Amino acid sequence: MRISELFKKGEMVITAEVGPPKGCHPEHLIHEADEFLKDVTAINVTDSQSSKMRMGSLATCKGLKDAGHEAIFQLTCRDRNRIALQADLLSAAYFGIENLLLLTGDHPSVGDNPQAKPVFDLDSVSLLHAVGELEKGVDLGGNELEGAPPKFCKGAVVSACSDSVDVQLAKMEQKVKAGAEYFQTQAVYDSEKFIKFMERAKQFGVPVMLGLIIPKNAGMVNYMSKNVPGISVPEAIVDELKADKEKTSSGATGVEITARIIKECKDYCQGIHIMALGWEKFVPDVLKMAGLKA
Amino acid sequence: MLITVLKSKEDIECVAKGKTICVTCEGCKEVHFPEVEAIELVKELNPTGNVITEYVCNPDNLKVQLAKHMDKLNAADTVLVFSCGVGVQTVSDNFRDKKVYAACDTYPLPGGQGVTPLEFDCEQCGECYLNGTGGICPITACSKSLVNGQCGGCKDGKCEVDKEMDCGWERIYKRLEKLGLLDEMRYPAKLRNFNLMYEESK
Ligand code: SF4
Ligand code: SF4
Repeated sequence: MRISELFKKGEMVITAEVGPPKGCHPEHLIHEADEFLKDVTAINVTDSQSSKMRMGSLATCKGLKDAGHEAIFQLTCRDRNRIALQADLLSAAYFGIENLLLLTGDHPSVGDNPQAKPVFDLDSVSLLHAVGELEKGVDLGGNELEGAPPKFCKGAVVSACSDSVDVQLAKMEQKVKAGAEYFQTQAVYDSEKFIKFMERAKQFGVPVMLGLIIPKNAGMVNYMSKNVPGISVPEAIVDELKADKEKTSSGATGVEITARIIKECKDYCQGIHIMALGWEKFVPDVLKMAGLKA
Repeated sequence: MLITVLKSKEDIECVAKGKTICVTCEGCKEVHFPEVEAIELVKELNPTGNVITEYVCNPDNLKVQLAKHMDKLNAADTVLVFSCGVGVQTVSDNFRDKKVYAACDTYPLPGGQGVTPLEFDCEQCGECYLNGTGGICPITACSKSLVNGQCGGCKDGKCEVDKEMDCGWERIYKRLEKLGLLDEMRYPAKLRNFNLMYEESK
């Protein structure tokens, strides 16, 4: 099922992100998905996130799909040229994986194999265009595909709370033109900033999913605020995490904060995307507290 | 070594609008420059001025070379530069409030690279993008050589790869904004043609 169909029906789409293991045993991940992510519409699988080499996104998507979950295949331009990207897209179609999240990707120098050659033959915009071409039955070289062409739902990312929000909106417009059917934002901690962003982004008429990372402690959010592009955390949230250390380490504070942000923002967006970063077990609590699931 | 080839006349006419002044760089040993064709084209364009100079890629030299033409240059709307990509970037940096455009594409030629120490870099991509990026090279000013705008890695104007380095696409956006040319970012997806770097220089 393509999640674009759900957006069209006006449904609030809920997705969760998982990272494949550093190894070839995704059983634990699939087990956690069975246990904690039953209520989400689709599970979004990262592609060696932060340039840290992991098991591949496509194979993990296939594993999740076989276990009965809807999967979203993240594909970055970091490691593959246009031949490999198009080949993987056709492979995804063969596996029945219909939802994509297309990104430029981080530079290899920030990851755990910094010696790697950065590829970036395409970028997020030209990759969106490439998928559109495959859907028309031709590859980027202009060669025809055999048989019925694939059909995907094409997603992209945007940093709603970036300090370069004008530049990000310009890029968002290019992605819309290149065929993006939904957007997922970088983690939001500042609802006001997000709402302001949405006032400008709604002109594009493309569904936007609010991105969230359940905060684990004050150190984590301070680190992200300082180092992770597109993330800024208001002081009040840092203080909230510091106030009751026990409650925070039990996960309760993070769940409360995340649920509150969802409540504040949900009338302004069309979906919710939770990046649990190992805290998958709290996803049901967040959704319940936010009033999204019984 | 590199080779510059004139862009198509249509491409050049598209950007050479308003009061245009040409800056033609000659006499560089690193570059194979289409001298005769350039002179022809400048004649046809009939600009308000044509400044012939050398080594526009060197910022200090550029200032000296252009000093006596400053009146004409200041009065112009558009500066059209006939040089390699480095030359165009140096001129563009020197006239940040003006529309500076490249008249040539720059390709690699087999042989050693130049040794002139330069402030700007050109990878001789063969399809010079400077005319859509406010004269800032996306191939060398962006760590990922992106041609369709900023990635998600920019923080406080700096690049994710190097916190000391300004994000190239942040600079391009600001420059286009200042020049009132943000519409130039509303183009369809651009795809690089890497084959140019191998084929054309043969
Ligand atoms: S875009 Fe950059 S690399 Fe390409 S020719 Fe122009 S200056 Fe050189
Ligand atoms: S942060 Fe800016 S310069 Fe660095 S890779 Fe991204 S767009 Fe390019």
